Amino acid sequence: MTTRNRPLSPHLQVYRLPFDAILSISHRITGVILCFGAVLLTYWLMAATYGPEAFATAQSILGSWFGLLVLLGVVFSLWYHLANGMRHLLWDTGRGLELDQLRKSGIAVIAVAAVLTLGTFILAYAVGG
Amino acid sequence: MELRSQLGRVRGLGASHEGAHHFWVQRITGIALVPLVIWFVLSASSVVGADLSTFKAWVGTHYNPVLLVMLIVAMFYHAQLGLQVVIEDYVHGEGVKIASLILVKFAIYLIGACAVFAVIRLTFGS
Repeated sequence: MTTRNRPLSPHLQVYRLPFDAILSISHRITGVILCFGAVLLTYWLMAATYGPEAFATAQSILGSWFGLLVLLGVVFSLWYHLANGMRHLLWDTGRGLELDQLRKSGIAVIAVAAVLTLGTFILAYAVGG
Repeated sequence: MELRSQLGRVRGLGASHEGAHHFWVQRITGIALVPLVIWFVLSASSVVGADLSTFKAWVGTHYNPVLLVMLIVAMFYHAQLGLQVVIEDYVHGEGVKIASLILVKFAIYLIGACAVFAVIRLTFGS
């Protein structure tokens, strides 16, 4: 069989993903993390229907260092997915697809996600307990 | 030269057999989730670490149960659409693919129904 010199798709083990590709796969990964976050929200609500003790247990699990670590991941995924999702909506209108625009909007998405994650935890500690 | 049949062109369903429906509902649920998620984070921050009576009061206040149910429905619908694409991209065996698509759909709607029912129970007591 003759092999022609055609372009190959990137081989993921040796190919360093460009910035835009990392953001792209991160959208999918954060989406899957958020599915887990949705299950967590359901657990929170259902624990409340089982009475004060079950809810207190849920609250202490979510408030433990491990729970907070999970929540940090879910909250960051939430803001990242929301910001990058709006970037997708912009692309759907045919705008913002030039390389320099992609880089700028990508950096903006990361910045927005980081700031809103920090803001969410500050708000939760200030208003909640 | 047009290789598609005239009937196929008129139907406009393409290779997915459902046209742009998946694309469209993914966008619609995504747009709906933007204000709902912002409301949820702002509102739910007041019951972080709260006891049950405070939490119940929050769930049942004003339009909170309505917004919570809308959030849950849009969120699980959006999640199902997203997981469907992930499975279609990475699961290659046709049998395993269809089985996991059905399984994920059932699981998502079961968990979503639990969440909606919890909101209703917390709002109306019992």
